[in-house]
Amino acid sequence: MATTILIPTPLRPYTDKKDAVEADGATIGELLADLTKRHSGLKAHLYNDQGKLRSFVNVYLNDEDIRYLQKEDTKVSAGDTISIIPSVAGGTAVSDQF
Amino acid sequence: MATATETLPQLTNDEIKRYSRHLIMPEVGVEGQRRLKAGSVLCIGAGGLGSPAAMYLAAAGVGRIGIVDFDVVDFSNLQRQIIHGTPDVGRSKLASAKDRLQAINPHIEVETYETSVSSDNALQLFAPYDVILDGTDNFPTRYLTNDACVLLGKPNAYGSIFRFEGQASVFATKDGPCYRCLYPEPPPPGLVPSCAEGGVLGVLPGVIGVIQATEALKLIARIGEPLIGRFLIYDALRMRFRELKLKKDPDCPVCGTHPTVTKLIDYEQFCGLRPAPETANVSSQTQSSSGLEISATDLKQRLDRGDKLRIIDVREPNEWQINRIPGAELIPLGEVPRRYAELDPEEEIVVHCKMGGRSAKAADFLRSVGFKRVLNLKGGILEWIDKVDPSQPKY
Repeated sequence: MATTILIPTPLRPYTDKKDAVEADGATIGELLADLTKRHSGLKAHLYNDQGKLRSFVNVYLNDEDIRYLQKEDTKVSAGDTISIIPSVAGGTAVSDQF
Repeated sequence: MATATETLPQLTNDEIKRYSRHLIMPEVGVEGQRRLKAGSVLCIGAGGLGSPAAMYLAAAGVGRIGIVDFDVVDFSNLQRQIIHGTPDVGRSKLASAKDRLQAINPHIEVETYETSVSSDNALQLFAPYDVILDGTDNFPTRYLTNDACVLLGKPNAYGSIFRFEGQASVFATKDGPCYRCLYPEPPPPGLVPSCAEGGVLGVLPGVIGVIQATEALKLIARIGEPLIGRFLIYDALRMRFRELKLKKDPDCPVCGTHPTVTKLIDYEQFCGLRPAPETANVSSQTQSSSGLEISATDLKQRLDRGDKLRIIDVREPNEWQINRIPGAELIPLGEVPRRYAELDPEEEIVVHCKMGGRSAKAADFLRSVGFKRVLNLKGGILEWIDKVDPSQPKY
């Protein structure tokens, strides 16, 4: 089942500039694993060296932060939208190489 | 914020004329306008976000507006920092901003603080204000502003921007979440380089800064539904707003039930920009990275000598169109992981970007996949232009 994942501007260099991509998986964890398999450049930006989601990158299932659901075990249903929202510091501009 | 209506300042006849479009709306009315007159907002930064925010706050009649900044107006600011004009280039941003705000509205007070916000001065700076408007451009000041707001119990009208996207929320209200509930930790500095390299659509901070001003006005006038517990995401290219839910984290180190941060800390250190004292000697080892860099003048000398060097520019194509080092080849940073096979791991490679941040990442990556002789151009193409080729334009 393909689910749409919305990609924020700083990460679009790693998805061929696409602002939304698809990935397969029944849970958030599976989806993100498939996403980083399809777009390998994303992996270092989403996960730390211990394989945990980075704490300055939030993942939302529709409008809910997965940290307050079942984290990466959160189930994904047809029609759900996943958003990746990294922290951004700019008042003028920020991170080119996020 | 002043509470009892009878203690609120009266409006003069001039003010009644000026604010008539507020006064005739029952939601604001005379009482709301008097609250605004009694109210105060501290804008951290008179840049992209602070400019439009402060101008609207002044126009709306917020009685006292403070601005913290230590910068000087530059030509490259004018594309978005609309509080400053072309004749202001070279002036202090504070002087320029104050003139503009007083021209918009002479009935308000404008206080200026020519300093950077630090752990030593933040609580004192923030204390005399009702709302803090975070228009900074770096993580240490974001976390510092958040923590100071939580410690003082002052709402933080937050906004942040990147290229075509903006974020806004209201943090640190009594029962609402704070910035650390949203992002407990900042990104490591290597992953998020600063300012000038990212670019921003000039109108974007206008939209986000005015959202921050709107929230500040609502909080002071006590109207509407504030942007608390909601995280607003704006995409200018798609022209789409999205709203995400934001919860107060009971384990939050600063606003949670058992806070571990009870006073302001060293935020440069927290954001990894300065090593912790006990690990300071470890960093001396990384000093050797200077051996992995080359200066612009050394690069010029080696090129003039005819040394065989391959120069890889890891900036974006639009930056490449502005200026370039003769003989360089373009491989944007994001493409390096899949294009490095175009390079020979044995040849000597010099990578560069605008200022040296992105190319340091590219150099690290190339070394990690077995490249032996990679040098990072110190200071990027800006230093090359300063030291070697001043004929090229800078951006």
